[in-house]
Amino acid sequence: MEDKPVATDKLSTSRDWEPLIVAFFCNWCTYTAADLAGVSRMGYDPNVRVIRVMCSGRVDPQFVLDAFAHGADGVLIGGCHPGDCHYVEGNYKALRRYLLLKRLLRELGIEEGRLRLEWIAASEGEKVSKTINEMVEQVRALGPLRLTRKFKEWDAELAALEAEAQSEEVAAHA
Amino acid sequence: MPDKPKIAFYWCASCGGCEESIVDLAEDILEVAQAVDIVFWPVAMDFKRKDVEAMPDGSILATMVNGSIRTSEQEEMAYLLRRKSQILIAYGSCAHTGGVPSLANQFSREQILRYVYEDAPTVVNEQRVRPQPRHQHNGTAVSLPEFRGLVRSLDQVVEVDYYLPGCPPTPKLLKQAVLTLLSGNLPPKGTVLAPDTALCDQCPRKETKPTDLKINEFKRPHWTQIDPNTCFLAQGIICMGPATRSGCEAQCISGNMPCTGCFGPTSRVRDQGAKILSSLASSVNAREPEDIEKILDGIVDPVGTFYRYSLAKSLLRAKVTR
Ligand code: SF4
Ligand code: SF4
Ligand code: FES
Repeated sequence: MEDKPVATDKLSTSRDWEPLIVAFFCNWCTYTAADLAGVSRMGYDPNVRVIRVMCSGRVDPQFVLDAFAHGADGVLIGGCHPGDCHYVEGNYKALRRYLLLKRLLRELGIEEGRLRLEWIAASEGEKVSKTINEMVEQVRALGPLRLTRKFKEWDAELAALEAEAQSEEVAAHA
Repeated sequence: MPDKPKIAFYWCASCGGCEESIVDLAEDILEVAQAVDIVFWPVAMDFKRKDVEAMPDGSILATMVNGSIRTSEQEEMAYLLRRKSQILIAYGSCAHTGGVPSLANQFSREQILRYVYEDAPTVVNEQRVRPQPRHQHNGTAVSLPEFRGLVRSLDQVVEVDYYLPGCPPTPKLLKQAVLTLLSGNLPPKGTVLAPDTALCDQCPRKETKPTDLKINEFKRPHWTQIDPNTCFLAQGIICMGPATRSGCEAQCISGNMPCTGCFGPTSRVRDQGAKILSSLASSVNAREPEDIEKILDGIVDPVGTFYRYSLAKSLLRAKVTR
């Protein structure tokens, strides 16, 4: 609503838009690997916001949907390799939830490439930067999702009537 | 004698079941009718919108609105009743979380209108006439409400004070709610007027729900011989019990049908569908992606199953590319 129509058009061109990826990284593996990538000066795209969790199994599907609903264009989950989870079953749970969530997202119009799960061990700094860069490219190709803006557009049909109701109210109390 | 407190009922996009549930108060309705003045109830009483408009703002103690919001007229009524009422209650799943009508949020306005007025097999409409919000007929201007692009819960349109969940709410919960309102001892704003625990807690089959549930296959209830004493999930039948608020006293379970989630989530859950998805997926008894996928194939309609009553209030609200 604060955007003028011209600005909206402009912003939807790829040059003014940068993919925003929210990443949930397991403390014991991928998060450590991301640290390693950092100290080893392996660069990765700055489009990712990393959130540390204690295990990939802690990633509630609600977190993923909430990230999309708050404007993420993609969500990346990083966990320990099968057999290496500190809580034994956490990463298998993450895998099953991820596969079912993908089915749900597909039906709700969110493309496959916007959600990704990778097993990345603490020593695999390079895999972190490679995965992030790949995902940023993939999401860039898909284009913006930007649900926060979509929600506002959807609700524009309500705003008109509400304004009318309020002005009537003002008139009635005048 | 001071005036009795005023109560109103209204319906929006709903099936009529909520209205029926008010009538289901049976003889208790007399008790309620004695304690309050029902000033507006289009289904049962002949008051018109202009009667409501003529009432002073805030003069109705409480209005219960059922149904979700799809048209501009329903929006207008929601604004009007909000203004006239001290307390606005979202009554039933549709007003509370969008309900079954909000499953239509998987489709665009255009898809819906085209199907309903042109493509449905029972429709004969050669000129492809569609309802128009404004129309001239023999020199008279006639109008129809706008059909909005999205189905909304009541609180996505106006501020709501309380929620009575259920498809429909039970007479027992309604009676309790009315007594609470009359007592003047009001719960905090935003409260859902039902217990804040999961349905499994009230379920007569809860003892048979394995702590370490393992699902090898999802079965559909109408193709399955259902054991009447064992937890549905233990039988591979999707039951929304773990992700659904209690308060119905496990009505469907008692009828040997799984819970489909009409009471909405508990206060600790934001997205009911994501919650059941999480819990079902964790119980899938496989580790290799192919084996997991094979089991997941048994869930034929994830959106319609997990969000049967709550798509409007889900985090994504709708199919985002309608
Ligand atoms: S999952 Fe369903 S059948 Fe099983 S205990 Fe919970 S409510 Fe009862
Ligand atoms: S068992 Fe579930 S679907 Fe049935 S009335 Fe209770 S909450 Fe609603
Ligand atoms: S501890 Fe890393 S995935 Fe569970």
